[in-house]
Amino acid sequence: MRILVCVKQVPGTSNVEVDHVTGVLKREGIESKLNPYDLFALEAALRIKEETESHITTLSMGPPSAKEALLETLCMGVDKSVLLTDRRFAGADVLATSYTLSQGIRHIGDFDLIICGKQTTDGDTAQVGPELAEFLGIPHSTNISEIIDIDKESITVKMNMETMVQVQKIHFPCLITVDKDIYTPRLPSLKKYIQLKKEPPIEVLTLEDFDDRDPQNYGLNGSPTQVERIFPPEVNTEKRLVEGPAEVLSDEILKVLDNLRLV
Amino acid sequence: MNQYKKITSEDLEYLKSFIPPENLFYGDQISEDYAHDELSEVKSYPEVLIKVRNQDEIVKIMEYAYENTIPVVTRGSGTGLVGAAVALYGGIMIETTQMNRILELDRENLTVTVEPGVLLMELSKFVEENGFLYPPDPGEKSATIGGNISTNAGGMRAVKYGVTRDYVRGLTVVLSNGEVLELGGKVVKNSSGYSLKDLIVGAEGTLGIITKAVLKLLPLPAKSVSLLIPYEDVDSAIKTVPEIIMSKSMPTAIEFMERDTILFSEDFLGKRFPDTKSPAYLLLTFDGSSRQQVEQEYEAAAMLCLERGAKDCFIVDTEERKDSVWGARGAFLEAIKASTTQMDECDVVVPRNKVAEFILFSHQLSKELNIRIPSFGHAGDGNMHVYICRDDLDEETWKKKLDEAFDKMYRKAEELSGQVSGEHGIGYAKRAYLKDSLGDKAIELMRGIKLTFDPKNILNPGKIF
Repeated sequence: MRILVCVKQVPGTSNVEVDHVTGVLKREGIESKLNPYDLFALEAALRIKEETESHITTLSMGPPSAKEALLETLCMGVDKSVLLTDRRFAGADVLATSYTLSQGIRHIGDFDLIICGKQTTDGDTAQVGPELAEFLGIPHSTNISEIIDIDKESITVKMNMETMVQVQKIHFPCLITVDKDIYTPRLPSLKKYIQLKKEPPIEVLTLEDFDDRDPQNYGLNGSPTQVERIFPPEVNTEKRLVEGPAEVLSDEILKVLDNLRLV
Repeated sequence: MNQYKKITSEDLEYLKSFIPPENLFYGDQISEDYAHDELSEVKSYPEVLIKVRNQDEIVKIMEYAYENTIPVVTRGSGTGLVGAAVALYGGIMIETTQMNRILELDRENLTVTVEPGVLLMELSKFVEENGFLYPPDPGEKSATIGGNISTNAGGMRAVKYGVTRDYVRGLTVVLSNGEVLELGGKVVKNSSGYSLKDLIVGAEGTLGIITKAVLKLLPLPAKSVSLLIPYEDVDSAIKTVPEIIMSKSMPTAIEFMERDTILFSEDFLGKRFPDTKSPAYLLLTFDGSSRQQVEQEYEAAAMLCLERGAKDCFIVDTEERKDSVWGARGAFLEAIKASTTQMDECDVVVPRNKVAEFILFSHQLSKELNIRIPSFGHAGDGNMHVYICRDDLDEETWKKKLDEAFDKMYRKAEELSGQVSGEHGIGYAKRAYLKDSLGDKAIELMRGIKLTFDPKNILNPGKIF
């Protein structure tokens, strides 16, 4: 079976400061890491590989430094990595990103199963997976909390819909996005890292390799979403202490939640 | 000796005159929690429990206790494992968790001054947010710093950074008669007579009550990475440890763990560990000022481990990965406890090149006595935590086997030139083994010191010897 896992390199900390004047993320001195949610997708693929004969490719779009994230996936046990990198891909929103990935995938070849993480820790939209499936014209299922069964033609999964769990059997080719904690991700092997670090087997593709080479469809140009302003959320440390017997307190808590429109 | 006065209503009235009612408990008001520590092997209630708020209260309590010969036991979070904070003779228990202020961060002298009830996790969070490191890192993060000082706690970073004693610069102590003494201070060097401060460290509350501590800090290393190293068997894992030390690489931690213990922690936490395919693991941590420096150091150690039979070396570099590995490591004690009906622990420390021999001995002993003896520990500093599990044994067999296991293990430690306790202390539970290990002269000297500090033997009586 041919499996493809989409990954992204994100800032190494969740406490990235935002410049209050320019609204730009202060990335200086901050290391990058693999998007933690993608690790669950990778682990899901690697578990399938342990059960069935499979070949896993990881795919990422990003600057050349994103090779580091792909090298990490190779150290976790994937077979091949591809990086889509081109200055013309920069500034892409969800739609342009999904389209770029879909073009990359068309170039690399056919896949039975594409697995994505639920979302990224920087973009947080959780939309790239489904949009990618749409561009590829294949069925998809999101928030997968368990892979129940897998055979030559299909995968049976549990889709977590918050108030209910739906069991779905999806025929290949298809795309799934997996939930956090579906499995504990394995750790990258330093043994492999030492072997691979000098010449990591990462294929690099640019716009020239795609079927659609029109730059208007990529990066900032291909993005209908325009970010007007980025600002950090307001920090509020205001506290209110309510004391009293349980009956009074429960009413009080309900009132507070109601006022905040949280219930 | 030990003719202590029982608490009367008159005593209570006096205590009530300066302790607010919400901080004073007596008789049935005292929760069962205060009758034992975390391992619950010895149980005894104090007659009065006082949650103190400041040094003045402690001074007044001690003046009164001294005058009336009432025993006083100091307690932090109660996370001890050897019964040190149990009020064997009743009397007054002073609980310090409300004295939990961080008083000063001195950036010029690289010290932090704290009250004794500050929790270890609060202290490390505070100093790290300010760019400093308080290196002692015991597994029990909810212990108080007062408790850590009183047991000279060690923890995971002892290989590179040493133990609590190495980071105590100064102490303020209330003596048994209520006098207050300042020992040490912010000075780096000190050759001024006997180091009384160092006597208080590790004294388990028998010499004085700590009310303030000046602790030494280091600049926070910019980068820290751990390696989880799987081995085919326990023997080859542990035998690599002295070689890592010999290679002059400087890991902050070299922890040893077995698959069974990891599986207990998975069940206990309801979280899967990233790898359980191998019977034994070493967990190494390296820190430094840059990624390159750390990478260089851990790659050299990793190569050595691979040459010596490690199956692989897994990189634990991000917060998520550190949580999944160190979170499990931090829960080992609780996890083993949850896996059995009752257990007792042995916290011996042996020279680092003898750790393998000691662990293999405990495995043989487990087979010989047909009793479960899981272990884990700080392989890099020779301090192992070995647990004897009761499982479904009846009381009589359990006691018999436990005594036999302990006797043999402490004898083995002695044979390997080890010590009875690496970091948990002697308390009540390990007194007999300390006496056997140190001999009469050393115990006599300790008794002499105790008598000088506490002539009426009212501070935590019945402990250490």
